[in-house]
Amino acid sequence: MNDDQKMQEPSESVYMTDPATTGATSEGGTPKMTARNVDVFYGDKQAINDVSIDVNMDSVTAFIGPSGCGKSTFLRCMNRMNDTIPIARVTGDITLEGDDIYAPQMDVVQLRARVGMVFQKPNPFPKSIYDNIAYGPRIHGLATGKEELDHIVESSLQRAGLWGEVKDRLQDSGTALSGGQQQRLCIARAIAVDPEVILMDEPCSALDPIATAKIEELIHELRGRYAIVIVTHNMQQAARVSQKTAFFHLGTLVEYGETTDIFTNPRKEKTRDYITGRYG
Amino acid sequence: MVNSGTEHTVKAFDSDINQLRGMVAEIGGRSEQAIAKAMRALENSDLELAAEVVREDKLIDDLEKRIDDLTFQTIALRAPMADDLRELIATFKISGVVERIGDYAKNIAKRVPIVTQTRRMAPISLLPSMSKIASELVRDALDAFARRDTELAMEVNRRDQIVDDFYNSIFRAVITHMVENPKDIGEAAHLLFIAKNLERIGDHATNVAEMVYFAATGEPMPERTRGEDPTDPLDDVLSDDAD
Repeated sequence: MNDDQKMQEPSESVYMTDPATTGATSEGGTPKMTARNVDVFYGDKQAINDVSIDVNMDSVTAFIGPSGCGKSTFLRCMNRMNDTIPIARVTGDITLEGDDIYAPQMDVVQLRARVGMVFQKPNPFPKSIYDNIAYGPRIHGLATGKEELDHIVESSLQRAGLWGEVKDRLQDSGTALSGGQQQRLCIARAIAVDPEVILMDEPCSALDPIATAKIEELIHELRGRYAIVIVTHNMQQAARVSQKTAFFHLGTLVEYGETTDIFTNPRKEKTRDYITGRYG
Repeated sequence: MVNSGTEHTVKAFDSDINQLRGMVAEIGGRSEQAIAKAMRALENSDLELAAEVVREDKLIDDLEKRIDDLTFQTIALRAPMADDLRELIATFKISGVVERIGDYAKNIAKRVPIVTQTRRMAPISLLPSMSKIASELVRDALDAFARRDTELAMEVNRRDQIVDDFYNSIFRAVITHMVENPKDIGEAAHLLFIAKNLERIGDHATNVAEMVYFAATGEPMPERTRGEDPTDPLDDVLSDDAD
């Protein structure tokens, strides 16, 4: 490498897309999840092209990018949700705590308990608030008796910031709650099976600003206990809730770095154009 | 990364930014003019022109306020990011700095009536050249902002040294004059203040240049090595520390 190239090298905190040089890999500490050279195809069409990224425990990671850029597709690779689409094909390596999640011996149901997901539209089961939370722990056999199950339900609702609002009506239907409460119920449901990673796919896009603020506060409180990845169309939201931001464009990871760097001084012109509203 | 000037999807945002850039150009032009007028008033002992500089400073102050208001408004309504955010923050700071430059010009103008007798002092002959360079620095710093020209910004930063050198020469010459002509000490002190004002104008032009560099690149401008200021007793201590 000559001196000129050295001058071009990004500072430590700036990451680009080649994991060897970029910090798509983490500095220090073992990443919770890693992806290496991931390609996703829907039939003949390639939706994700050679994405490598690390997700850490200590930071919330935001995926941003225009519609169709592949950010949700990539998120759905991280707990094998794309398995449910027959024509989808995923290549490359994705690991959780070093285990290949696409290995034949990987139990997908178990994987999705470890890597929970919250969707754009709140989707509580048409069951009681209590049963919405208790469902996962029951099927995974996490509680030995009613008392323990009660405890899991309460602590999950506590952590999701919903306990105070629903503790007197746990037998009411989950679908009777407001949109924001339903979304926090879904987060509580994901938490109930004690996951390691929580994936959120535009969790606030159907919510009003106050319900959105509550979810954002919740994300902030959950940080550190779970590795959190959030896909959002709202760049202000990405700026508010995340410590790391990844910008996707046309199926590639354009830039990945500290959220403050991405939003104040992005290194790639495409990132700059997108976050400043120059994207055509 | 330097702003490529591509338009925003929301055109009203471009219109706000362009309006601000126009206002920065205007406040810069007015300040530059204020320096030139103040110095002409000084050279010709033109009290009327000096009074005009003092009056017109109000326009610069008003313009600063309008720039600040529109910057606030744009930040609040457009939630700018990246180079847009840096440019708006720079605009906000530049307007304050340029307003100060206007104040220095006004301060020079206010001394015109007091120093009408100083023409026989030798050091005054250096002031026109010094003020010419200080004005050029202001103009070039604002041109650098208008063109997002980091090279020109760095050159402004380098050329400020010339203004500093002028100041140091004038300082020594004025002190010598004071020693030899104790009865002139009062007026000589005013002369020294005028030179100091010009020196500060150069420094502020450099501040503008640094903000231009930051707005364009997102990085602080590499520091230049400063010349020593004989009037600053801390200078030696600090430069020793740097070694």
